[in-house]
Parts: sequence; C-alpha cells; structure tokens
Amino acid sequence: MAGILPENPVYRQLLGLCPVLAVTNSLKPALTMAAATAFVLICANIMVSLLRHLLKPHLRILVFTLTIATFVTVADKLLAAFLYDMSKELGPYVPLIIVNCLIISRCEACSSKEPLWPSIVDALGQGVGFTLALGSLAFVRELLGMGSLLGFQVLPSSFPTWGILVLPPGAFLTLGVLLGTVNWWSARKS
Amino acid sequence: MNVSVASSPHFSNMKQGTRQMMVDVILALIPTIAVSVWIFGWYSILHIGICVLTCSLTELVWKKLAGMPASVSDASGPLTGVILALSLPWSAPIYVSVLGSIFAIAIGKMIFGGLGMNLFNPAMVGRAFVMLSFAGALGASAYVYDGAPADALTQATPLTVARDVATAQEFPGLWPLLIGKTNGSLGETSSLAILLGGIFLCVRRTAAWQIPTGVVLGAVIPAAFFELLGFTAITAFDHLFAGSLLFGAFFIATDPVSSPITPKGKWIFGVGIGILIMILRTFSSYPEGVMFAVLLMNSVVPLLNRWTIPTPVGGSFPEKPNA
Repeated sequence: MAGILPENPVYRQLLGLCPVLAVTNSLKPALTMAAATAFVLICANIMVSLLRHLLKPHLRILVFTLTIATFVTVADKLLAAFLYDMSKELGPYVPLIIVNCLIISRCEACSSKEPLWPSIVDALGQGVGFTLALGSLAFVRELLGMGSLLGFQVLPSSFPTWGILVLPPGAFLTLGVLLGTVNWWSARKS
Repeated sequence: MNVSVASSPHFSNMKQGTRQMMVDVILALIPTIAVSVWIFGWYSILHIGICVLTCSLTELVWKKLAGMPASVSDASGPLTGVILALSLPWSAPIYVSVLGSIFAIAIGKMIFGGLGMNLFNPAMVGRAFVMLSFAGALGASAYVYDGAPADALTQATPLTVARDVATAQEFPGLWPLLIGKTNGSLGETSSLAILLGGIFLCVRRTAAWQIPTGVVLGAVIPAAFFELLGFTAITAFDHLFAGSLLFGAFFIATDPVSSPITPKGKWIFGVGIGILIMILRTFSSYPEGVMFAVLLMNSVVPLLNRWTIPTPVGGSFPEKPNA
C-alpha cells in the first residue's frame, strides 16, 4: 500500500508521465484515465502473479506486455462502448497504457515475485496513488485554467482564467511546481 | 609573506560588483521611465511599484524558505520588476503585474538556484506567462482606450497598425516614435530615451555592445528584404524604431546572466534575436516578437558558449585523446 503516498508513482517514482502530462487539463478525462490505468494495473498484476511460476526470465517482459495489452484492449473497448465521448477525447492515450512504465515496473518489481494477495494490494496502492496524482494535477489545472471543476463552474465568471495552464506547457509547469512542493514538504518533515 | 589566493573571476575593479551593474541599469532606465510617466501618467508608476515590490518580496520569501541569506541588496530582483513593468501594456490589470512578478522571480530565477543560474531572462519568463495566460486582457486591444489620459493612447500600437496594409497609413512618423508620443508597452514608446540609456550602459560596459548592435543589424537587414518583397507594409527604419526592438536590444537581451559570455557568442546571440524578431513580426500572429525571440535565443546560450570558446594566446589546448 506504500504506493499511495510514500512511494507515489508520479510524485516519487516519476513513472507513467505521458498520461500525467497529456490528459490532465481537466478532471473528467484525468479521472477516467486514472481509472482505466488502475483497472489494467490490478488485472495485470493478478494475472502475472498467478503466472509467476511459469515465467522464463528471458521471456518475462514479453509475457508482461501481452498480458497488459489484453487488459488495455478490454478497457479501450469498454470505454468506447459505454463512454463514447470520453473515449474520443482520450484518443490514443488509452491504447498507450500498454507502454505505461508504471504497470510494467509493478509487474517486474512486485507481482512476478510475490503471491496473489500482496500483488493485489500493491496494485491497489499504486492505482490509488496514480489516481491521486492525476486528480491533483487536473484539479489545479482545471480550477485555475477554466474556473471549473468536473465541468461545473465553481469560480465566479469574473475570475481571470490562467489560459496557459490548459495548454501543454501548463502540464509541465503544474507538475514541476507540485513535485517541488511535495519534495520541499517531505524534506521539512524529516 | 602573506599572499591570498582567490578563485576566478579576478576583478580588476572591485567596485563593479553585481549591485553596481544592476544600479547602472536602473540609472540607464531613468529617461525611459520619465517618458513613460509623461505618456501614461500614474499607470506607469503603479505598475513599476507593484512589480518591484512583488519581485523583491517573492525573492525574500523564497530565500527565507530555502535557507539562503534573505536579502535583495544585489538589486537584481527589483530590476527584474522594473523591466517586467516596462514591458506590460498600461491597462494591464493589477493581478497581471503581481502574478507576472511572482512567476518571473520564482520560476524564472530562483528555481534554477538564484541569480547567475537562470537559463532564461526572468522578466521575459514572467511576461510570457501572463501574455499566454491572460491573452484577452493583454492583447492588442489592451493598449487602446478611448478617453485615455493622453491622446496617443487612443490609437492602436504602431506595429498593430503596420500589420494591415489598409491601416498602415496611420503609422506614426519618425518623430513620435523617437520622443515616445505613441502607444505601446509602458517602456517601449520613446526610442530616444532608450538609446540614451542604452549607450550609457554600453559606455559603462555594463551591457556588452555586441548584443544591441547584433540585434539592430540582425533585424534591419531582413526587414529591408521583407520590405522589398512586400511582406511588411512599413520600412526597415520604421521597424527599428517601432515596438520594443530597441528596448529589448539594450535592456532585455543584454542581461549578463542569460546572454553568452564570449564576444563571438554575443554577436551570434544578438543577430539571432534580431532575425527572430523580424520573422515573428512578419509571419506570426503576434504584432511583436521581442519576448519570444529573446527566450528562444536564451535557450541556445549554453551551446553558443561552448561553440565560441576563444583560442588562448599561444594556440589552443591539445585535444584530450579520449574526449
């Protein structure tokens, strides 16, 4: 469960940054993306953990990738079937979960060595941590960049919106500032 | 015998420290600030005040939090504030000045480790942030205002006028551009005041003369070509004196931290900025391109420094076999 805060995949390990930068300009796509990633992560971890005794060292990455690709296809088709607009908005980033280094790193570091239960817990922790990270980034960007949250206007319309935060540079700026704050805060605590 | 050995740089004149350089620049800006107060009235004082205050405060707070000696006595923080304020339109809302200043110091300078470490010109980083964030409040219409304190402010800026062949007739003549009776950012209107301060800086060697010369040459030559080819409605000479080209050349590009250290590098840097300004003015959707030109050239400064290492007297160092 260390993945939620002390080993947060984004703020501590800097893994899976492609969706972090690409889909966090507002909360809705960010949370959908995080849910899809968490789903794939948990399923892949369960599968790899069950298969761990059959893995051959030189073939393991191939097995991981195929397992992940299977679940990504499931997630992609589910989104397209039930959340068509969101699926359009996320575009290529859902299929790109296959190459999300966060999932492969959990397969390699945890589930290919641990029994089923610890693998599930680990995947849950990392998934929640990833959701928190995407959510916090999207929260800042949507609130200041558009004055809304989840599509609802929360700030008065007279609020000057910070247009740059919705644009791609805003992702880097927000991530950098949040990362710096997290580091500064944890450095002060110790 | 007691000999003290210090590491480089070895100053021949100990008085010329960072503080002296920054104070020099502020002195050189006095004519520009005076013209700005004459044209824009108290808006100019308001923005300069807010920016200087916010920049200094941000730097103090950051240094305090980071455990550095908290002071702004090297005057570089306040100077960033003055330059940022002078590059804003007079009608900029107050939150623009405040946010721009915080961003300029925090993200533009302190995050890299403070004075001397920053890759980009802090004032331009702050300006780029507010320009992209609040495009509505700072676009071309932010400069124009009916019933403004001075007649000049009821016109569009010279470069906005010049973009369209139909309105290019309204382009002000050389005299308003020289004394500053025209519209524009707070500090860019009077070429004469800028030249006065700029030449003072070059004579004092606070600013490297190669950079402004390079910018002017780099801008005028493509401007002449663009004029011949019909890409731009005004002459190369007008391009030189309109907008913030001269202000950028003398006060922004010459920032000693974010410009190259070698003479040859300074030439390339200046000419590059000049060419980029003309390309951006002519082909981009913005009427002015000084900010982006300076930021773009800032990003290649480390490369320029490496390319243009001067050969020491007696020949270059032998290449290391494995380097």
